Amino acid sequence: MGFRRFVENGRVVLITYGPLAGRLAVIVNILDENRVLIDGPTTGVARQVMPLKRVSLTDLMVPCSSHGIRTKTVRGLMESEEIERKWAESSWGKKLAARKRRAEMTDFERFEVMLLKKARNSAINQEMEKLKGSN
Amino acid sequence: MGWLHQYAVIGRKLPNEEIPEPEVYRMKIFAPNEVVAKSRFWLKNVKKASGEIISVHDLFEKRAGIVRNYGIWLRYKSRSDEVNMYKEFRDVTMTGAVEQMYMEMSGRHRARWSSVQVLKVVVVEAKDCRRPQTLQFHDSKLRFPMPHKLPRANFKRHRTTFKASRPSTTIMD
Repeated sequence: MGFRRFVENGRVVLITYGPLAGRLAVIVNILDENRVLIDGPTTGVARQVMPLKRVSLTDLMVPCSSHGIRTKTVRGLMESEEIERKWAESSWGKKLAARKRRAEMTDFERFEVMLLKKARNSAINQEMEKLKGSN
Repeated sequence: MGWLHQYAVIGRKLPNEEIPEPEVYRMKIFAPNEVVAKSRFWLKNVKKASGEIISVHDLFEKRAGIVRNYGIWLRYKSRSDEVNMYKEFRDVTMTGAVEQMYMEMSGRHRARWSSVQVLKVVVVEAKDCRRPQTLQFHDSKLRFPMPHKLPRANFKRHRTTFKASRPSTTIMD
């Protein structure tokens, strides 16, 4: 099969639009081709209907035995599967966290970053000069 | 969903000498507000001038948050005649299903609000559903990919008319 990520019960999704943007939730039931019932008790997402347009499928999944599992069960599954830890370790999760951190930077932090970048680039340029010189 | 509410409108004919205690009727009406609910009540056997409304209550869904199949019997005026229909919708609340129904009627049959009458709305068990578009979701192992996902800005203010590069519509193959 070409597709690897499916809309299915137990799929962990990232909400990408709206007040809950940036949070993870689990698909608990499929309403129709455009909407799903999602629930994220450990990430602060109340059980609700979400259009698939506002959602991104992730690689993570939670083992779901049937449709319409209760919030308590979802919480247990999310914790036992360590969804939040796996997300934080994934490259996608890391990228989002980095973006968020950058947005929260203060001016002083930006200054510090600028100095660090300067130091790194001068080290790289010195090496480049050495390599050029040897040729 | 928030456009429609379900109201229980209770009314009766005005009492007169022949019938001092007329029968009281209760109708469950889907309308955006009480005013429209009351005016819809008068479509049936009683006329507004000869009747009175006793009360109007807003009815709320007892258990929202559970996906259910709703069967809606309706009657609508098409351009040539009146037609009865039965439609099924999957939704979480009864009012949500009725909202879907009105949208579908306007889209498929050009039927406006005023020409559609809801006769009956009932929660239908999965085994009693008739329409293929609801039956296709009755699979606990159902899964489907999203083959063509259009990129969407996270916030409305990030929306732009022009983009620097072509978007990718596949999530991952």
